Amino acid sequence: MGNEEQVLLLSWRASVFGLRVQIALEEKGVAYTYREEDIFEKSKLLLESNPVYKKVPVLIHGDKVVRESLIILEYIDQVWDKHGPSLLPADPHRRAQTRFWADFISKKIYDSGRRIRHSKGIEKEEAKEEFMRHLKILEGELGEKLYFNGDSFGFLDIALITFSCWIHTYETFGGFSVKKECPKLMTWVRRCMERESVAKTLPSPLQVYQIACLVKKKLGFE
Amino acid sequence: MEIENSSSSSLKLFGSWASSYTHRIQLALKLKNLTFDYIEEDLSHKSPALLLHNPIYQKVPVLVADGRPIPESLLILHFLDEYFPHNPRQLLPKSPHDRAAARFWAHFTDDRLGPAVAAVFASSGDTQVAAVDRFRSELRLVEAELTDGVFAGRRFFSGDQIGFLDIVLGCGSYWLAVFEEVAEVKLVDAGVFPRFHAWLRDFEEQDEVKAIIPSFGKLLGYARGLRKILLGGGGGEADNGGGAVAGVEAGDMGKLQ
Repeated sequence: MGNEEQVLLLSWRASVFGLRVQIALEEKGVAYTYREEDIFEKSKLLLESNPVYKKVPVLIHGDKVVRESLIILEYIDQVWDKHGPSLLPADPHRRAQTRFWADFISKKIYDSGRRIRHSKGIEKEEAKEEFMRHLKILEGELGEKLYFNGDSFGFLDIALITFSCWIHTYETFGGFSVKKECPKLMTWVRRCMERESVAKTLPSPLQVYQIACLVKKKLGFE
Repeated sequence: MEIENSSSSSLKLFGSWASSYTHRIQLALKLKNLTFDYIEEDLSHKSPALLLHNPIYQKVPVLVADGRPIPESLLILHFLDEYFPHNPRQLLPKSPHDRAAARFWAHFTDDRLGPAVAAVFASSGDTQVAAVDRFRSELRLVEAELTDGVFAGRRFFSGDQIGFLDIVLGCGSYWLAVFEEVAEVKLVDAGVFPRFHAWLRDFEEQDEVKAIIPSFGKLLGYARGLRKILLGGGGGEADNGGGAVAGVEAGDMGKLQ
């Protein structure tokens, strides 16, 4: 069915979106080639594969190009459906809920996190408040479950866990403690970090912080 | 438990008559031949039920299926395929790559194209000129995809029949002609965008689409009222225009939720 074709992932080592794809590929046991992109000097291949957004991640599977992390995750789930459990739940209502929250994370958590890093003064304070509010909503969604997906690790866990390596960065830039405010979420993070796919994929919080400082400087947000 | 047909399922749609996002769902339900109850929302006075069913975004459309709510039009479209898997009219393509492509361009529509149209409609003068340029460059990407990209050679994005991406892009594109008249600007030149133009014409000719989309006159009235407000004139004389506008921000008008 074509799932023996070469899989190439264009990504960036600290991209919360790219890391999602890596975890998904690891979960499914799919062999792939990873190509690191310099986000300040994008390769010709990246610009040609994603001319609309010019962003990572991009999955190139044989001659097919797939863009947008959550779209890539569903693609992986569908193509390698015989490889391990499904990333998405089976029930249509739960699938809709999963997609809803994954999209919420991509927009709300990412956006407020970025503003914490790059803004000052009142804007920064507002970003911090929003960020914590959204995390608390997600913590509510987790409830007493082991994973967002229920008893087993799945799509929504992948969507959020990649932000965990960024927490130290947000806390340092923002001057607040996520760990204190969202203890249940932290327990979930530790549980996810026990999975090989997560542990071997995510960069260390310190690496991410160093990268974030570099990015901020290069973007001129000092 | 598999639900085979809507006579054993209850479907309730919360929507707004001028909202393209609502039209997407109404069209999908029509194509699938599913019966449902419709609740028209006054967007300036949203019902407690709507706020209960969509606490995070508080927007229409929301579909309540057998008592459980699904917000966000794109999610509802996916849900309808999955909840009624034996319905002959499946909206999303089967192949993983086609599905990914359809989803990507649906994302692009809401993320880039919609806001670009909204920016044209909410501006005037030099700002509008720049906004029109931006819209045209976004539409060129769609035109290119229809010309020699993934959708090349197809009558509709889904093939011979309208499907997911046609619904997503189509329900909203009929506003273009309305905005051209109200904002006195040319947006879709058939010479520059021949494939998009042909696709839109074919889409609007479909019986199900004609049955769903409000009349040009009604949309025109609504748009006139909206533009007055966006350009700071006050008013809102259009049918439900004032109500719909209260939930709208300039620059985000394309959402109409």
